[in-house]
Amino acid sequence: MTAPTLPPNAELKNVTEQAYQYGFETAIESDTLPPGLDESTVRFISAKKKEPEWLLDWRLKAYRHWLTLKEPTWQNVTYAKIDYQAIVYYSAPKSKKDGPKSLADVDPELLKTYDKLGVPLHERAALAGVAVDAVFDSVSVATTFKDKLKSLGIIFCSFSEAVQEHPELVRKYLGSVVPISDNYFAALNSAVFSDGSFVYVPKGVKCPMELSTYFRINAKNSGQFERTLLIADDDSHVSYLEGCTAPMRDENQLHAAVVELVAHERAEIKYSTVQNWYPGDKEGKGGIYNFVTKRGACRGFRSKISWTQVETGSAVTWKYPSCILQGDESVGEFYSVAVANNRQQADTGTKMIHIGKNTKSTIISKGISAGKGQNTYRGLVRVLKGADNARNYTQCDSLLMGSDCGAHTFPYVDVKNQSAQIEHEATTSRISDDQLFYCRQRGLSQEDAINLIVNGFCKEVFKKLPMEFAVEAQKLLGVSLEGSVG
Amino acid sequence: MSAVANATIVEIKDLHARVAGGAEILKGISLTVKPGEVHAIMGPNGSGKSTLSNVLAGRTTYEVTQGTVRYLGEDLLELDPEERAVRGVFLAFQYPVEIPGVSNVQFLKSAYNAKRKHEGKPEADAVEFLTLVKRKVKELGMDDKFLSRAVNEGFSGGEKKRNEALQMSLLEPKLAILDETDSGLDIDALKAVAEGVNRLRAPDRAMIVVTHYQRLLDYIVPDFVHVLAKGKLVKSGDKSLAMELEKKGYAGIEASA
Repeated sequence: MTAPTLPPNAELKNVTEQAYQYGFETAIESDTLPPGLDESTVRFISAKKKEPEWLLDWRLKAYRHWLTLKEPTWQNVTYAKIDYQAIVYYSAPKSKKDGPKSLADVDPELLKTYDKLGVPLHERAALAGVAVDAVFDSVSVATTFKDKLKSLGIIFCSFSEAVQEHPELVRKYLGSVVPISDNYFAALNSAVFSDGSFVYVPKGVKCPMELSTYFRINAKNSGQFERTLLIADDDSHVSYLEGCTAPMRDENQLHAAVVELVAHERAEIKYSTVQNWYPGDKEGKGGIYNFVTKRGACRGFRSKISWTQVETGSAVTWKYPSCILQGDESVGEFYSVAVANNRQQADTGTKMIHIGKNTKSTIISKGISAGKGQNTYRGLVRVLKGADNARNYTQCDSLLMGSDCGAHTFPYVDVKNQSAQIEHEATTSRISDDQLFYCRQRGLSQEDAINLIVNGFCKEVFKKLPMEFAVEAQKLLGVSLEGSVG
Repeated sequence: MSAVANATIVEIKDLHARVAGGAEILKGISLTVKPGEVHAIMGPNGSGKSTLSNVLAGRTTYEVTQGTVRYLGEDLLELDPEERAVRGVFLAFQYPVEIPGVSNVQFLKSAYNAKRKHEGKPEADAVEFLTLVKRKVKELGMDDKFLSRAVNEGFSGGEKKRNEALQMSLLEPKLAILDETDSGLDIDALKAVAEGVNRLRAPDRAMIVVTHYQRLLDYIVPDFVHVLAKGKLVKSGDKSLAMELEKKGYAGIEASA
């Protein structure tokens, strides 16, 4: 994470001229499985992680189901066919001992990588008040602030660790929001997920810090299949941050994560993402395929789940962080900024499923298209029969830069209860010459003027992000749109 | 008179310009403006007033086909709009532009720091800047709430023009060009804006006030008045020329020119 100040413009320019800043590769020995996928791959991963029998069975069930499925084609994106047998499904950094007990035990190369990324693992973490569960390739190597969280009864650890230490919680909730049969990529993830994060916040506890995880794709050809499970028990409160960067790569890399959130009575979960994976070069070569299933269940009365995402990276993005509003008076929110520049394609949005009475959802989506980018908003608001007085407000704004890009909106509404109130607003705009000239006449360079206007366009979403994340998001946006006008 | 006052701020010679690819609008303008002077340029609709303002500010939709503009010893026409701005050329827009979601204070700070950077001064931090801008707001008799609103969004005509005056006061230009500042203002708003502009009259600053009507010049009293007609300055004089215009109308002046 960067310091909480906006960079001066000169610095921003330097950053943008470096092409992809985070495109370095770390030389670490990997304990890597050869490419390919069959039942033995699933068994290998499970054995490697010393998983209990029930989890192996769950994975195998998912794998067998996946074999019966076809890769979806309905989304508004095109990409080269993925060869699932060419993907490496397990790659873990080898550590000198049997797993690091403290930072001193962590591979110094790895720590240097985090330094370059600005991950605050040392005292910086304490100053920033952020606990980091760093996922490097597939195995979590360091977790900070564990003790403080532990004293409050909060569990924040790697998924593998949770399987060993809190199997009853994992077993109870895993797949309860995104079942193995949910979709093609969720089934694949369920079969081969390597690691991820686990959070449990007990009854009545307000988590005193932002929980943060950095994902990073590193070893060659390693598909990343993260699994995140976050449970907020009655009257608890938690804010989780997820930020991503990845090294430069020529082949396309698949990322198919699953995130499951569960909010019990009056619990509140805020989940924020800044996604900056390698988008490919100007011609669209390389870049990450980001096919993610993110879903939250508002199970309890007056529970609340809020998704905020800033998506500037990846060659292809396909994700719909959603809320199932089961509990009466529960609230779902989705705030999104998605950028598609050069040849990037984004098909993203949300689903709000109103089941309980007096449930409320808000969707604010800001799509920015530049270069030859294609940006699609796809959203579903469904109100079931028993969901009396459900309310939804959707606002979908598109900003176009240049004439070769596209913005598409597919808002689906399915209402089975007459008392529902659904509002939808949509706008499409361009950055006008008048705006640019006005800013330049006041001394701003063209790039700075664009940054200013675009950040203004995204303000409603940025203000939902935690402060340091908002700063990073603004910076990222500038970098992503470099050279897109004039 | 001091050495500064004897220098020239801007020297326009035989300036011809058109909308890119269109017909010629300015057909040979020559004008020299010295520090401390206020020049009014008056003319009927379509005479080229706005074109002149925009060409001086560097708007790329206009094309200079002939002539030169020297600004403080530099070739102004070679500079990008933002380069002109940080060197002290300020255009108060006839129609100030809305920028949704961007707070006025953020916009002002970006502009202010762009100029500081050009001058090799450290950029003002948030606290420093806020102190300064609040003082300026107070001087202009405006409300602090002005600062947190989005740039010109939902502003009344008067508020927009006062916002231009605020920007001008903050950026302290060497050459301020006021493009039809009186348009869309009622008399009270006009007085308020004019008062703001008059505060900024200074021995080292020059102003070009472009207007259709004489009434603005009752409040911003010019040293010189020029009549622009069909792309040329057809008559120049002191402020009494504005009065004459008021009586005879543009047709009368053009006929006698």
